[in-house]
Amino acid sequence: MAEKVLMKGNEVLAESAMRAGCKFFFGYPITPQTELSAYMAKRMPKCGGTFLQAESEIAAINMVYGASAAGARAMTSSSSPGISLKSEGVSYIAGADLPAVIINVMRGGPGLGSIQPSQSDYWQATRALGHGDFQMVVYAPSTVQEMADYTYKAFDVADEYRTPVMILADGMLGQMMEPVELRDPIEEIPERPWATTGHNNEREHNIVNSLYLDADLLDQMNHERYKRYEKIIATEQASEEFLCDDADIIVVAFGAAARIARNSVRAAREQGIKAGLFRPITLWPYPTEALEKTVAHAKGYLSVEMNMGQMVEDVRLVVGNRAPVDFYGRAGGVIPTPAEVLDKIVALNEKVGE
Amino acid sequence: MAEKEEKLVFERPKSLLPVVTNFCPGCTHGIVHRLVAETIDELGIEGKTVGVTPVGCSVMGYNFFGCDMIEAAHGRAPAVATGVKRVRPDNVVYAYQGDGDLASIGTAETVHTATRGENITIIFINNAIYGMTGGQMAPTSLPNQVTQTSPYGRDTSSAGYPVRICELLSTLDGPAYLERVCVDTPAHVRKAKKAIKKGFQYQIDGVGYSLIEVVSTCPTNWGMTPQDSFEWMRENMLPYYPLGVYRDVLAEGYESVADAALKRAGDSKIVVEGGAQ
Repeated sequence: MAEKVLMKGNEVLAESAMRAGCKFFFGYPITPQTELSAYMAKRMPKCGGTFLQAESEIAAINMVYGASAAGARAMTSSSSPGISLKSEGVSYIAGADLPAVIINVMRGGPGLGSIQPSQSDYWQATRALGHGDFQMVVYAPSTVQEMADYTYKAFDVADEYRTPVMILADGMLGQMMEPVELRDPIEEIPERPWATTGHNNEREHNIVNSLYLDADLLDQMNHERYKRYEKIIATEQASEEFLCDDADIIVVAFGAAARIARNSVRAAREQGIKAGLFRPITLWPYPTEALEKTVAHAKGYLSVEMNMGQMVEDVRLVVGNRAPVDFYGRAGGVIPTPAEVLDKIVALNEKVGE
Repeated sequence: MAEKEEKLVFERPKSLLPVVTNFCPGCTHGIVHRLVAETIDELGIEGKTVGVTPVGCSVMGYNFFGCDMIEAAHGRAPAVATGVKRVRPDNVVYAYQGDGDLASIGTAETVHTATRGENITIIFINNAIYGMTGGQMAPTSLPNQVTQTSPYGRDTSSAGYPVRICELLSTLDGPAYLERVCVDTPAHVRKAKKAIKKGFQYQIDGVGYSLIEVVSTCPTNWGMTPQDSFEWMRENMLPYYPLGVYRDVLAEGYESVADAALKRAGDSKIVVEGGAQ
C-alpha cells in the first residue's frame, strides 16, 4: 500500500494521468483548472513526457487527436467555456474512434459565467459535447481520491472502447486538498494496431478519419459505434448508495453537490427522516439500474445540483411518475448549503407523507 | 527497323495509390499530389511518413497517399500534425491544406505551429477560392475577384484584403523554410518539386518547420478552361503573390532556426543570457 499524500484535486488529476501512462498533455490556461496545467508543465519534462501549451483550446484538443492517432495516451483539460471550444475536436475524436481523456473542471455559465464551482455542463457532457451521434463516458468524482481512481480508469475505458472519456469535476473539487493514495505508474499502454505510426512497409496504410461520404457506410459506422455504447451501458455504470436501503427520501447528487447532500442526509436521519443519498459516478452511462432498484421503496426523490436542473431529467427518466422528483439547485457558482438541502428534504418528506 | 530498347521516362509514384481521385479535370491538386508522392518515394520514407489531410477538395487525400494518413477537422491539420510529431519525432509528418483551411479557419493553428517551429512540412494550395463548397470567396481571393459570395467582386472596403501567408509567416522566428511556387509550366513544376523535397529534407535533417505555398488554379469554380486559368493566375495572382523563397535559414547563412532567432533578438538580456533553471 502506498502512503497517503495530501494533494490538491487539480494536481491529482495531472499526477494520476501521468501514472496512467499519459505522456502527452495539451492545454490552454483557464481558471479553475490552472494548477493541472502548471503541474503538467513542471512534471512532464522530468518524466520524459510532453507538456505543450497550445494556442487555443481548439488546437489543444486537435493535438490530442493527433497524439492519440499516433498511438499515445493523451489528455487535455479545461473549464466550461474552454470545453465548448473543444467540442468540435471531441466530435472528431468520437467519429474517428480515438481514445482520449478530457477533463472539465466546471465553472459557472453560460458565457464567461463565473470562476466559481458549478455543475452546469451536465447536459453538455452527457448529451451533446459536439455535433453528430455520439456519446462519451463521463465520470463525476466526488473526492480527491476518486479523482485519482477515475482518471486511471478513464484511460483504460477510453482504450477499451476507443472513445473519448471525460472527467467532470468542478472548481470545488479541483481546488480542494485531501489525502490521496496514488497507484504506481503503469509501464506499458495497450497496443493500438490501428494507429498512424508509419507502416514501415510492413502493412497496409492506416487511416484515422471520420468522413464517410457514402451514407450507408456512415449509417453502418454509427450503428457499430452504438453497439459499443450498448456494451458500455451494460458494463460501465457506477454509483454509490448511502443509507438508501430503507430510504423514503432519496437525494440524488453527484460530484461536489453530493458531498453537501451527504451531510444533509445525515442531518435528516437525526431528525428521524429516512433519507438516503444516491450518487451517480458515471453520468453517462447513467446508473439507471441501481437507481431503478430504489424505486420499490422510495417515496420521493430530490435532485440536488449546482445548476438550474439538468440531471433531474435523468432521474425522472428512471422514476417516471412512480414518485415525485423534486429539484434543488444553485447556479452561477453558488454552492448549496447543507441546511438548504435539509430544508428541501424535510419539505419533500412532508409532501410525500400527506 | 531495329527494335528500340524500352526506356522508362515516367511512372506513377508508388506512394500515390492507383485509385481514382475526386479532383476536377485541369486541377493542380493532381500535380502537387504527384510531387509530394515522388518526394516520399525518392527519399524512401513512405514507411515512416504520416500525412494529414484538411477539409476542402483534398480532404480525401487519405485514400490517395500510400503512407499512414489522418483526416483533420477544418483548419486543424497543423495542430493534429503537431500531436503526431510530438509523439513520434522520427516520423515524417506533413499536412496538405488549401487556402480556406490554412489561411482562414485555421489561421491560428498555422501561425502558432510555424512560430513554435514544429518540425513538420506544410503543403499549402492557394487557388484563391473555396473549391469543394462551390466557389466562395477565400482569404486569398484577390480584390475585385468575383466568387459566389463576392458576386460583385471582392470589395476591399467591406471584405478586406487577401492574406499573404509566406510574407506573414516570414515575420516569425519559428519557420526554417518558406517558399512560394506554382505548377503552370514544366519548369515551374520542377521548381515546385525541388521546394517540396527541400521541405521534407529539412524535416528529416531536423532543420525545422517548412511551408511550401503552391499558387494554384480552380478551373471549375473560376469558370475557365485549365489553360485560361493558368493565364488568369499568371496575370492576376503572381503579381500579388510573388514566387520565391521567403525564408531559408540555412541559405541565409544561419546555423539553425535558433541561431537565426537569436540574431534577430537584438540584445534582449534574457534571450541572450538564458533564463532561470
